[in-house]
Amino acid sequence: MAKYLLLKHYRGDKPANCAPMDQWTPEEISNHIRYMQDFAAALEKTGEFVDAQALAPEGTWVRYDGEGRPPVTDGPFAETKDLIAGWMVIDVDSYQRALELAGELSAAPGPGGKPIHEWLELRPFMSEPPTVTE
Amino acid sequence: MDEALLRSLTPSVLGILVRRGADFAAAEDAVQDALLEAVRAWPEDPPRDPKGWLVTVAWRRFLDATRSDAARRRREDLVEEEPPPGPAPDADDTLQLYFLCAHPALSPSSAVALTLRAVGGLTTRQIARAYLVPEATMAQRISRAKRTVSEVRLDRPGHVATVLRVLYLVFNEGYSGDVDLAAEAIRLTRQLAAVIDHPEVAGLLALMLLHHARRAARTGADGELVPLAEQDRGRWDTAAIAEGVRILQAALARDRLGEFQAQAAIAALHADAPTAEETDWVQIVEWYDELAGLTDSPIVRLNRAVAVGEADGPRAGLAALAELDESLPRYAAVAAYLHERDGDPAAAARLYAEAAGKAQNLAERDHLTRQAARLNARGRD
Repeated sequence: MAKYLLLKHYRGDKPANCAPMDQWTPEEISNHIRYMQDFAAALEKTGEFVDAQALAPEGTWVRYDGEGRPPVTDGPFAETKDLIAGWMVIDVDSYQRALELAGELSAAPGPGGKPIHEWLELRPFMSEPPTVTE
Repeated sequence: MDEALLRSLTPSVLGILVRRGADFAAAEDAVQDALLEAVRAWPEDPPRDPKGWLVTVAWRRFLDATRSDAARRRREDLVEEEPPPGPAPDADDTLQLYFLCAHPALSPSSAVALTLRAVGGLTTRQIARAYLVPEATMAQRISRAKRTVSEVRLDRPGHVATVLRVLYLVFNEGYSGDVDLAAEAIRLTRQLAAVIDHPEVAGLLALMLLHHARRAARTGADGELVPLAEQDRGRWDTAAIAEGVRILQAALARDRLGEFQAQAAIAALHADAPTAEETDWVQIVEWYDELAGLTDSPIVRLNRAVAVGEADGPRAGLAALAELDESLPRYAAVAAYLHERDGDPAAAARLYAEAAGKAQNLAERDHLTRQAARLNARGRD
């Protein structure tokens, strides 16, 4: 088994090909949300779901600024930089399966019920060292 | 196996051990062991006196666990000394535990965890699941909390207000994981109301019951939020509402108003209306004025602006809103609602979209996004 992170970004340089959600119809929003819920529920049933979290859009960059000084901050930014919108963690048998699931998640419906083709970032977890090394 | 019975006995068993001279942290561990033992043994062989059984087993566990030399001496003293046959009634033990677990020296999250474990009898695993943190994290949080309060003497009266704040925090956490924290908070508040006669305890219990009564109607088929005005009132729990109203009326009759009674009064006025249109908004505004005098909370003023908008029209609501700080959570959502009522759907849609970006949970974000979408779609037709 291998864990993968499916990372959703707020419109970075690869926007999904659709208008912001408040420009959709309420039914289109409902269908999109239901697709996401069903996707997670199906992964729970197959034993591949680990975690899913959504993050608030407002992010702040923070950096240490030396002894006795408060940290330096940049922001907060709302969707102006490449911020992470949320993630899903899956535990699957192969990279192939991870690709397949990421593709399925990216096909969530948007305006007109058409898939939004959203870019997702797929990142493998670093794993524990194996017991058997020879 | 009656888990509810077992958990309801937890505080008094723990209180007895502490009164017999066990230190709080060790006593709490011993009681947890006894609870686990009960879960194993009782189905086969239910005791005639469940509490006596728990006290005996927990006391034995405590003695077994107290192993160091100094502790052994102390243990021998304790064994020599016949434990006092409980001069203090149960109610005092239970109350002291509530005070201890909500001690001001604890952070809110520690107080919540300790209360759920020591007073509520939940396992560390159950509490960890309810708060979505690893079990090891919760175990550390609880043992640090126990160390913090181990030095506290149990003979000083505590603060009811701190206990109520902790219970309200538990209630507000709602229901994730396999423990229904809202129901647990109601159980613990009910238990507290049974051992202390205090109108604010009654007020908090009433408030919880009135909120809880609407739970089934608060979310739709897909988990979406259903606003109060649109809820199917047939799905409200009338028994819980009746009980909440009864408890609140008895508390208010004592003429010692506090913030929980005032909040419960507002909840009762909502529960009292057969339809959203029949809500007595004028009285609700009056209660918000009372509440604002009691708490000085900006959130109260924000909710008051909504009530004013219903009682005196959206213009009056917007005027009340204009006096508040725009950075308040849900400010934009309230502004959006009032602008829509005021016949300005374009401004409302813009504000709903802005509010969605500031929402603190997904259900609220989705709800606000839908509101913006509804108005934008209407604008396109």
